[in-house]
Amino acid sequence: MTTLTDSVEVTDSTKEDKNIVYDTKNLNLWYGDDQALRDINLQITENEVTAIIGPSGCGKSTYLKTLNRMVELVPVVRTSGEILYRGKNIFDKTYQVETLRTNVGMVFQKPNPFPKSIYDNIAYGPRIHGIKNKKILDEIVEKSLRGAAIWDEVKDRLKDNAYGMSGGQQQRLCIARCLAIEPDVILMDEPTSALDPISTLKVEDLIQELKKSYSIIIVTHNMQQAARISDKTAFFLSGEVIEFSDTDKMFSNPKNKQTEDYITGRFG
Amino acid sequence: MTDERDLRVRDMIQANKRTVTFNSIIEKCIPTILFIIAIISILTTIGILFTLIRETIYFFRDVPFLDFFTGTKLKPLGDAAEFGILPLLTGTFISSAIAMLVAIPIGLMSAVFLSEYASDKVRRILKPILEVLAGIPTIVYGFFAFTFVTPLLNRFIPMLEPTNILSPGLVMGVMIIPMIASLSEDAMSSVPNAMREGALGLGSTKLEVTWRVVIPAAMSGIISSFVLGISRAIGETMIVAIASGSSKNFTFDVTQSMQTMTAYIVEVTGGDAPAGSTLYYSLYAVAFTLFVFTLIMNLIAQYISKKFREGY
Repeated sequence: MTTLTDSVEVTDSTKEDKNIVYDTKNLNLWYGDDQALRDINLQITENEVTAIIGPSGCGKSTYLKTLNRMVELVPVVRTSGEILYRGKNIFDKTYQVETLRTNVGMVFQKPNPFPKSIYDNIAYGPRIHGIKNKKILDEIVEKSLRGAAIWDEVKDRLKDNAYGMSGGQQQRLCIARCLAIEPDVILMDEPTSALDPISTLKVEDLIQELKKSYSIIIVTHNMQQAARISDKTAFFLSGEVIEFSDTDKMFSNPKNKQTEDYITGRFG
Repeated sequence: MTDERDLRVRDMIQANKRTVTFNSIIEKCIPTILFIIAIISILTTIGILFTLIRETIYFFRDVPFLDFFTGTKLKPLGDAAEFGILPLLTGTFISSAIAMLVAIPIGLMSAVFLSEYASDKVRRILKPILEVLAGIPTIVYGFFAFTFVTPLLNRFIPMLEPTNILSPGLVMGVMIIPMIASLSEDAMSSVPNAMREGALGLGSTKLEVTWRVVIPAAMSGIISSFVLGISRAIGETMIVAIASGSSKNFTFDVTQSMQTMTAYIVEVTGGDAPAGSTLYYSLYAVAFTLFVFTLIMNLIAQYISKKFREGY
């Protein structure tokens, strides 16, 4: 008996030991006078895909953008509470936002490549962080494009403008651009909402692949997508986290009535 | 009630049929009328060009082509009149170069500030003020160069002549700043925010975003603003006519008085050039050269804005 309990405890504690990347504590956020996030407490685990779902305007994108402080581009934003990234509060006055964003990559809703060549798009990140050696850059470009499963499609036209690519290719290019600086976490803000079903499938496969080396947080409108690709799911409603649990559990047996209503399609 | 039932819209439209036919005649005539109006400006340009070319040909009967373009002496009056355009060309280029040295850096930096760094409120106040600067008549700038800037510069550069090319060049630069700032700002603020976000998301600082993403994306608009600025400087007349005097020096010394092509035309038309004289025809030759230069500038602007377009 004792040994059994012990072993259970051991497995439990190894589970606990899985590193926490982001620890959000009592986060509140206001756009001017409108409160967009209320008392958020979430822990994001390393090398997992965490999906954030919820109806429009529930604060899921806002939360994602808070994780790399992109939300501060809106001038009237105020926050309270803290977000610990690898143990350090990102709202700390001494915390450098550029360092945070170098470690935490972001893929946006609409593909937003720079109006440069495919090569220069990928090399942009390494270059601004001081990598200038042509040979190393060549390697980074190939590795990143391979990482984003787009190398074979573009290897012969690296000098072409990225805007000549299809929407799905552009989005994978943006993922590759993000991989080029080897981030720790990748934030994805509805990365497939502007893509057709086939491109969506490719990006989803890619996310599964990336999970091995990166922690991924993905906001999605599409509940099936969350069910397909994520390990954990957080359900947001009116700026609050209603439920946060393993994806399997949430979709098979939601604890909360509102979660159930949402994932069964009764609203949202 | 009966009255209302009698009010049949369909009948009324029928009754107006005559107007409808009249309207359709007008509709048919409108494109022709608009075409004639539109072509007036083109015909005028062709007319001007035709006169310029004709009189320029007359000029080259009196003065050999090569003497005109390689002559370093311009002495239009007197017995041994000489018509070399080089003094005017150097005057024009030096004054334009000084102007662009002032206008390009300041204009571009202002545009960067307005587009990337200024808050909405600041931009709303500053941009109109900048554009008012563009509305100041050039004669005021010329007067300002002659009576204020030259004496001011004289304190630092004692050998500066009372009329010199430096002062009008600088003032011309100031005049062109708003144009470059405004056009470049338009080009930069039309770069989609998604690109800035993409770059910031990779850990770029604001300066890196501006320098490596926004400016390259807006490059075609920025370069066009430079080239338009240069043609404005080449074509500028009053400032140089007032503040640079009328010495037809062939020199590169900016403290001396020089004459530009435009100022030469002002001077000669202001005097009595008898119609049909070589002096009279020289006006046209100089004007034609000026026209060719501005034309080339405009063509370059068009070419550059196509070539440097980072399409998005």
